[in-house]
Amino acid sequence: MTPLIGVGVLVVGFGLRANPLGVVAAAGLASGLASGHSVPATLAVFGKAFNEARYVSLIWLTAPVIGVLERAGLRRAAQGLVARARGLTPGRLLIGYLGLRQVTAALGLTALGGQVQMVRPVLAPMAEAAADLGNGGAVTDQTRQEIKAHAAAVDNIGVFFGEDIFIAFGSVLLIHGVLAAQGFDVAPGQIARFAIPTAVLAFIVHAIRLWQRDRRWWT
Amino acid sequence: MIGLAQVYAIAGLVFFAVAIAIGADRAEPRRFRASLFYGLLGMSFAFGDQLGDLGNGVLALALIGLVLGGALGAFKGPDPRPEPQPPISRMRLFLPALAIPLFAFGAALWLPGVHLGKAPLLVAGVKSLPSLVGLTLGAMVALCLCPLCFPMRASEPVAGGRGLLQALGWMALLPQMLAALGVVFAFAGVGGAISEIALSVLPTGNRLAAVVVYCLGMAAFTAVMGNAFAAFPVLTSGLGLPLLIGRFHGDPAAIGAIGMLSGFCGTLVTPMAANFNLAPAALLALKDRNGVIRAQAPTAVLVLIGNIALMNLLAFPNP
Repeated sequence: MTPLIGVGVLVVGFGLRANPLGVVAAAGLASGLASGHSVPATLAVFGKAFNEARYVSLIWLTAPVIGVLERAGLRRAAQGLVARARGLTPGRLLIGYLGLRQVTAALGLTALGGQVQMVRPVLAPMAEAAADLGNGGAVTDQTRQEIKAHAAAVDNIGVFFGEDIFIAFGSVLLIHGVLAAQGFDVAPGQIARFAIPTAVLAFIVHAIRLWQRDRRWWT
Repeated sequence: MIGLAQVYAIAGLVFFAVAIAIGADRAEPRRFRASLFYGLLGMSFAFGDQLGDLGNGVLALALIGLVLGGALGAFKGPDPRPEPQPPISRMRLFLPALAIPLFAFGAALWLPGVHLGKAPLLVAGVKSLPSLVGLTLGAMVALCLCPLCFPMRASEPVAGGRGLLQALGWMALLPQMLAALGVVFAFAGVGGAISEIALSVLPTGNRLAAVVVYCLGMAAFTAVMGNAFAAFPVLTSGLGLPLLIGRFHGDPAAIGAIGMLSGFCGTLVTPMAANFNLAPAALLALKDRNGVIRAQAPTAVLVLIGNIALMNLLAFPNP
């Protein structure tokens, strides 16, 4: 039970709104010490893992080009796209993106999207612009915040519940590997097939939620 | 041969350039400490493999110390709603923007088959390498397309990258730190402790109860570790296989697939998955740090309930 102390530190630290990086350091140290390892040993494990997790931060490699495009007006151009579309509400836009993201992810195109490359410079400004068009520019700050949060959410939900249908995706291969190690040789296609019902369910659930909100977003 | 080292070296150059730009800017408050932060980050990317495990641990702690010491200033979030500007029609801006994912995808598909003479172009054995090389190439090609599509000064890439990174502040580093914490948790035996709890509450005679505990366990374990991939092997070999497959004769493919998707429901509600849930809140200048999680939580709960029903239905076709 004792290693769970680290999880407790994490929950309390996030709950108290302390700086998350400090909380990470405290939680890692706590769980390492509680499980009977020394400070240097815990630090070495953390350092090795930090070095191997650099791929997570590799996305910032796109910062220069995204920065350049935003300075050139990419966000305003994304709003300009919406200005031409009739009948486009924030909810309809986000439902459309959700479906597109799920289908492309299911085909292995997970790179078509992403919070840094797509949501911030393109999708969120388009959703905000759609709300502006419907409400004559009088969109409350509360609504704006909600729309932006939901722009980020559809990107996540779309990719999570789409990528598992693609047989060469990491999680399908991991499932295959874990099952094979225990003597169950299941074809990856079999595994991917069982991801389809959940994908459809996730689309229906989230689309209904967006459709309900749309009536508040677009008056 | 292209490997992770080359990809990380390019990322290191980006961070070094940002460090130099900040250090040379007299108008920047705390410019030396902030420059040191991005310089150390560049070191980690360019030379991390030479630093050793303990060295990398010390480097990570130094980055955290600089943040806690206020090197990056208070977190503000990027340009909190610049004055409204009229929308513009400028389609050519989308060309570089779309080039990033298209090149990333094309390169990930094409590069693994490329050979230089007899040797493959990409180092073998690293599963994620093609997509990481693809992302790097996509970013570089897109940047080269920019001056062809609109007037761009030579200083703009560094200034633009610096602006975006400084607006994010420490948030840019949090996802990687949390990923490392997940590994420390696994090292300390957190996974074993959670499966122990799950097994201790498990009524072994009831199939539906076993399905519920497995799916809820996947979601909860994933929420703690921030990653379904860490949770899946532990809970599936500890609980899913012996009980759901071994005792109740469920379909392994259905149990594995829906079990993993139950884990993804946990990913949607945890700050541990910071790159999906917290970084976007910062990127979009949300006032509520947990705004994205709030938007996702009801869907996550409903899909998790649906997953339990689906597993009960699809994995056990002959009751």
